[in-house]
Amino acid sequence: MTRISVTVDGVGYTDEVEPRTLLVHYLRETLGKTGTVVGCDTSNCGACTVHLDGHSVKSCNVLAVQADGHEVTTIEGLAQGGELHPMQQAFHECHALQCGYCTPGMIMQAIDVLNDNPDPTEEEIRLGLEGNLCRCTGYHNIVRAVQKAAGATKAGAQS
Amino acid sequence: MTAVDERTEAPAGEVGKARRRKEDQRLITGRTRWTDNIVLPGMLHAAMVRSPFAHANIAGIDTEPAKQAPGVIAVLTGADVKDSQGAVANAWPITSDQKTPAHLPIVVDHVACAGDIVAVVVARTAAAARDAAELVDVDYEELPAVLDGKEAVEDKVLAHPDLGTNKSALWRLDSAEGGTGGNVDEEIDKARADGIVIEREYRQQRLIPSFMEPRSTVVDPTGEQVVVWTSTQVPHILRFLIAATTGMPESKVRVIAPDVGGGFGGKLQTTSEEFATLAAARHVGKPVKYTETRSESLVSGHHGRDQYQKLTLAATKDGTVTALKVDLIANLGAYVGVVGGGIPVLGAWMFNAIYKFKAYRFTVQTVLTNTTWVDAYRGAGRPEATYAIERLMDELAAEVGVDPLKIREKNWIKHEEFPFASVAGMTYDSGNYEAATARAKELFDYDGLRREQQERRDRKDPVQLGIGVSTFTEMCGLAPSRVLGSLNYGAGGWEHASIRMLATGKVEVITGTSPHGQGHETAWSQIAADRLGVPFEDIEVLHGDTQIAPRGLDTYGSRSLVVGGEAVVRAADKVVEKAKVVAAHLLEASADDLEFSGGRFTVKGTDKGIGITEIATAQFTSHNLPEGFESGIDADATFDPDNFSFPHGTHLCAMEVDTETGATRMRKYVCVDDVGQIINPLIVEGQVHGGLVQGIAQALWEEAVFDENGTLVTGSFVDYTLPTAADTITFVTENTTSLSTTNTLGTKGVGEAGTIASTPAVVNSVVDALRPWGIHDIQMPCTPERVWRAIQSAGKNQSDATTGAAQPHFDEAAPNQDASPGGAPDAGSPEKGAEQ
Repeated sequence: MTRISVTVDGVGYTDEVEPRTLLVHYLRETLGKTGTVVGCDTSNCGACTVHLDGHSVKSCNVLAVQADGHEVTTIEGLAQGGELHPMQQAFHECHALQCGYCTPGMIMQAIDVLNDNPDPTEEEIRLGLEGNLCRCTGYHNIVRAVQKAAGATKAGAQS
Repeated sequence: MTAVDERTEAPAGEVGKARRRKEDQRLITGRTRWTDNIVLPGMLHAAMVRSPFAHANIAGIDTEPAKQAPGVIAVLTGADVKDSQGAVANAWPITSDQKTPAHLPIVVDHVACAGDIVAVVVARTAAAARDAAELVDVDYEELPAVLDGKEAVEDKVLAHPDLGTNKSALWRLDSAEGGTGGNVDEEIDKARADGIVIEREYRQQRLIPSFMEPRSTVVDPTGEQVVVWTSTQVPHILRFLIAATTGMPESKVRVIAPDVGGGFGGKLQTTSEEFATLAAARHVGKPVKYTETRSESLVSGHHGRDQYQKLTLAATKDGTVTALKVDLIANLGAYVGVVGGGIPVLGAWMFNAIYKFKAYRFTVQTVLTNTTWVDAYRGAGRPEATYAIERLMDELAAEVGVDPLKIREKNWIKHEEFPFASVAGMTYDSGNYEAATARAKELFDYDGLRREQQERRDRKDPVQLGIGVSTFTEMCGLAPSRVLGSLNYGAGGWEHASIRMLATGKVEVITGTSPHGQGHETAWSQIAADRLGVPFEDIEVLHGDTQIAPRGLDTYGSRSLVVGGEAVVRAADKVVEKAKVVAAHLLEASADDLEFSGGRFTVKGTDKGIGITEIATAQFTSHNLPEGFESGIDADATFDPDNFSFPHGTHLCAMEVDTETGATRMRKYVCVDDVGQIINPLIVEGQVHGGLVQGIAQALWEEAVFDENGTLVTGSFVDYTLPTAADTITFVTENTTSLSTTNTLGTKGVGEAGTIASTPAVVNSVVDALRPWGIHDIQMPCTPERVWRAIQSAGKNQSDATTGAAQPHFDEAAPNQDASPGGAPDAGSPEKGAEQ
């Protein structure tokens, strides 16, 4: 077992973990952060996406021990003081989720896309979300939501 | 055009309003209850030991090393629970002599496909269980495997040697025999002599539903009732089948479908994993959780499609269709699932589609193979049918030499001909193919794109443009119990709702449907709000728990709204009727003099009135009720429709095809769907978008592939290529409305429409681009390799030396679609790409 200290959603935790423990399993099983989910076993689907020191990572692709001394933000830490994050609000407004299983990862990745590029084209949004799979929405409304969150004026206006 | 914030129409009531979903708040903040999130005191974890072989006998299993592993509590084999584990049932034997192999959750001595469960390890942690599963030593005696449907028909290698054949059932629908049309053979002979006969064979490749939430089951056997939480579309059906196959009293079983992350038919099943987890939990007397990995999901969750379709279409010389003959081989995989052989049968009434054939015959041979079982996947039988007929109509148009929309218009049912009795024996309730098609053409700029296509052909552009059409219909809303009974289906098709009027003015709507992403909580609230005149926000929709919603038949086949929504309407109407009696009493008026509107009973011609929620409070106290009135205004309703509903639509796809590389790029996709009354346009759009991409994915990308040993080589998301945001485009979707006549609201189903319609539209567009090469078919998925090979074997583009071939033909800076949905000359003009 290895001792790690991680800040998750603003709270400090110190735990003993098996070295093989994936970050996503540490979040879900040790900390009860079940908002972050597992959708595959090959790092393709992105359902487990969280932020590690402000950048998106697939938490199935990071060992818990690699998060030692770092800061993790999950979907559960996004809303502040009862206020939804603008990306969460945009997903709701644009009907960018149906079953909601990919949504936590999709929202975390979408925020990262806008952090890198606050004014992306539709193409840039689509490429930025390529590592996150959704089976319900056909991505149409997810792209709309990211555009809305980015302050894009009108669907389809960009080229 | 399709952006939600541009909606301007404001319906008076809730129905028709683009309400944002009630479900979202929890889902976007991670406050979710997926089955895998559930943790119970003393809970143990299961891991499955699965066969790596497609076909084998089990000579022995040594579980001792696994039992000695750290943290392991128990290891169960099929033999250990032979008499108590229940069975994975088929609920729809399509013929009385159907061959249905026994399907044990944990097999005992015979493995019929890779992924079959041979043992279950129960341990203190999921990781310990998984580690120990590796230590279970199974002695397999490998047998030859049959994998392909056509090979299976020959019965040379048997999937289940004890059955003596691979043929499960032969099912037929014939218009002459059924008295719904003429003789198919005579019509085909006539056309051979003096008309047009088109004969084709199409392949419906095997697909994997690929819901995003892997299946998970938690069983708690520690209470008086065994509680099963499971990621399912069908909690009520599972409860029934647990009782029916294990012998447990139904009253001792409670099934809960908590948050369920998608299904698409893939969770319309009672699974080996559910029964194995139940057996394990009962064995150890502790709660047990099992959650599959994605790789397990892809190999063991049922697959979809997998048909060979042999088709003969007869027409007169002018292109008037006369007869259609359909011969299918449907590969069911290793077992007959809960609906199983019924899936191709659901297509039997849909090959004739919207066209006025005189004669029709449908025959399906279902076969067993040593592959993953095949059952419902979005559309379930109807996408296969729609694909075949919409591809054939394009072939007929090419043969006659007219536009594909013209040939359809010539043959389709006219608006004024509804209700229409089809040659297959169905009565289509309503529709307006003319209106949907006219609007779709306008949105698409059909004529403009046809002109561009001709220009590209004329200048031998290496990037050709294809235009694909699909004017589909489907039957949905499973369904009339009487009809299902006549088809030997093992259940009814009714749906149930209850409404509880709480003392504080809040309302609970209990539905027997079981949503997993469809937004029933929002839509049912809208329906009940209008009917009861209570605020949308005051309504709570409860579902997915056999103890809370004891009566129900769950969610599949685009049935929830048209059947379950109507049950809500009827329950609400009963509440109003009951409340009216109390209102008359409290208002000291005759019930005949009362009007109900906006949640209030008023006495005609006076200002006296009382709200329905006040009556809910009055019945709670029961201090002052009419003489002899049984306290309570809650109500139940069960609805069983007398017909299916028949949504339809016109889908148009423009595709650029690079004739030198075989790459395809979708330019534009327009669909105008008629799904009857729309309760929530936002949800309808979402269903269409998602459905489109699943159908497009069948056309272009997805296929489940087994190697010659029966190993699924597309067994992970690395190899089974789901579309991403970067592969897809923004769609143009609109609706026309022909109210259904089978329910009060006039609704039709929408859950499967996009998937059913889009596949042929896309393949038609690819084939249309390549018609000048003499190409009339490309097998799905139309990968660049297949497109390229088709062009090469057609051998007509070899002569054109390609200058600039090393450069990309698509303009990489351009958006991957036309910018304007309205049909105006567009910014994404193809010449940019073509002239490099």
